[in-house]
Amino acid sequence: MDVLINLGYLVAAVLFILGVKGLTSPKTAVNGNKMSASAMLIAIIAALLDSNVITYEYILLGVLIGGAIGAYAAKKVAMTDMPEMVATLNGIGGGASLLVAAANYLESQKLAEMGNFAVTYDWSVAVILSILIGAVTLTGSFVAVGKLKGKIGDSSKVKLYKAIVKLCFLTLIAGAAYFATVSQLNSDLLILGLIVVCLILGVCLVMPIGGADMPVVVSLLNSYSGLAGAAAGFVLGNNGLIVVGSLVGASGIILTSIMCKAMNRSLTNVLFGGSMSEQSGVSKSENDAFYEGKVKFSNADELAMLLDSAQKVVFVPGYGLAVAQAQHATRELASMLEKNGAEVKYAIHPVAGRMPGHMNVLLAEAEVPYDQLVEMDTINPEFSQTDVAIVLGANDVVNPGAAEDPNSPIFGMPILNVHNAKTVVVVKRGLSPGFAGIPNELFIRDNALMVTGDAKQVLQDTIGALKDL
Amino acid sequence: MEMFIMSLTIFVLAIFVGVEVINKVPPTLHTPLMSGTNAISGIVVVGAIISSGGSDHTTVLSTVLGVIAIALATINIVAGYLVTDRMLNMFKRK
Repeated sequence: MDVLINLGYLVAAVLFILGVKGLTSPKTAVNGNKMSASAMLIAIIAALLDSNVITYEYILLGVLIGGAIGAYAAKKVAMTDMPEMVATLNGIGGGASLLVAAANYLESQKLAEMGNFAVTYDWSVAVILSILIGAVTLTGSFVAVGKLKGKIGDSSKVKLYKAIVKLCFLTLIAGAAYFATVSQLNSDLLILGLIVVCLILGVCLVMPIGGADMPVVVSLLNSYSGLAGAAAGFVLGNNGLIVVGSLVGASGIILTSIMCKAMNRSLTNVLFGGSMSEQSGVSKSENDAFYEGKVKFSNADELAMLLDSAQKVVFVPGYGLAVAQAQHATRELASMLEKNGAEVKYAIHPVAGRMPGHMNVLLAEAEVPYDQLVEMDTINPEFSQTDVAIVLGANDVVNPGAAEDPNSPIFGMPILNVHNAKTVVVVKRGLSPGFAGIPNELFIRDNALMVTGDAKQVLQDTIGALKDL
Repeated sequence: MEMFIMSLTIFVLAIFVGVEVINKVPPTLHTPLMSGTNAISGIVVVGAIISSGGSDHTTVLSTVLGVIAIALATINIVAGYLVTDRMLNMFKRK
């Protein structure tokens, strides 16, 4: 039977890998996801066949509760809230791994009484790692959700959090050493204490990171949720868990490095550098003085006239588009322009929005064909032939200072070269600085027009004005 | 220790496979990739099932922890796959 179970895990692992491979193209992705789901089913059946599983009612209870909550959440969540959803699921995954490690510790006590278990160093290390990664993922993710929702602001107590982090790590190392060498299976209180320390650690690791860096943090926690599973696999000696957990871990690591590259920052700088606006920000009066009298304001009617004669239009969506839920209005305007004979594209910066691929999902929801969504490196040479570039709630990712001004704090960050378009229309609620906390030189350029207002409202007004033309 | 080295080997090789496969996922699908891997990380349910299966070395507390872990992991599995499916179908339309 054990052979059959392990073969089941192997088949599941292969199907998981093929399933993720399906995600390499939108055409094969739906089937890839289904393949991955069937892999999960096979793994669960293999686990149910385990000789340690005697009764099924508790298992059924857990599955029913979790399944109901999960199905409800998946159905209800709005596409604009996907970053919060993914961050929450990261945390839940970490929590599950943490509990599995704790339960295994308790079972090992019983097994040892029966003479079927002896503590080894690698088991002890795996238990501690599983608790550490699981707990940090759990609380870190919930802090990230708070920051994504704007309920937790950027903290000014960066130093305090860093001190607590160091203290937590020291306690953990000392506790882990004592656990592995001295107390071993008589460590109930110690394990409980270490769990609490790791939960605090998760909070203090994420608290000092700025809201703007949440795409990196969410990707990293995604990786941790997988590594937590792999660590649990080490505790249980289950290779299926190890393979699949490391697959998720690898995915998160790749996304994290893509996000960091797109912001021209190192992971250490994101994690331990404090928020960007704290490092480089300007005061409100400096910000106002920068723009004073130099910004050309426009309105929806003028925008409509401009678009009516445009041959090539590029939309540049940012977080503001998500906040205003303006994806459908954007699509409607784009369709009108296409009927008018114009070529329409969407330029997607890797860190636009609050998580990798956030803008693509929103625009897909509004039925924008995915081949119109163009990556930064492909679209940048095209801006010089673009008649109108419309920036919808993006700021730092279109700041020409990042490319041209060596003194700019974001110098070196790759940007969308919208300033090369004949006309740039910036739709924004006001002139407040973006995440980086610095003024944007784009707004005072000769070819830039500013339309202030809610992105959805401005787009709807423009659509109305276009119809009247 | 032999067992540990074996597991470590599998772990390292699996990371390499993961990196190879996931590097080819286009940025357009990065959000579904994240929610999809959320679902996959629910694999820890396997460990939780074994803990709450009621065999003679479990205790009341370990069973309770196991059941909570099953519930949490199932949330991940169900919500992860359903929401990924929802998103991917939007990409499929055109």
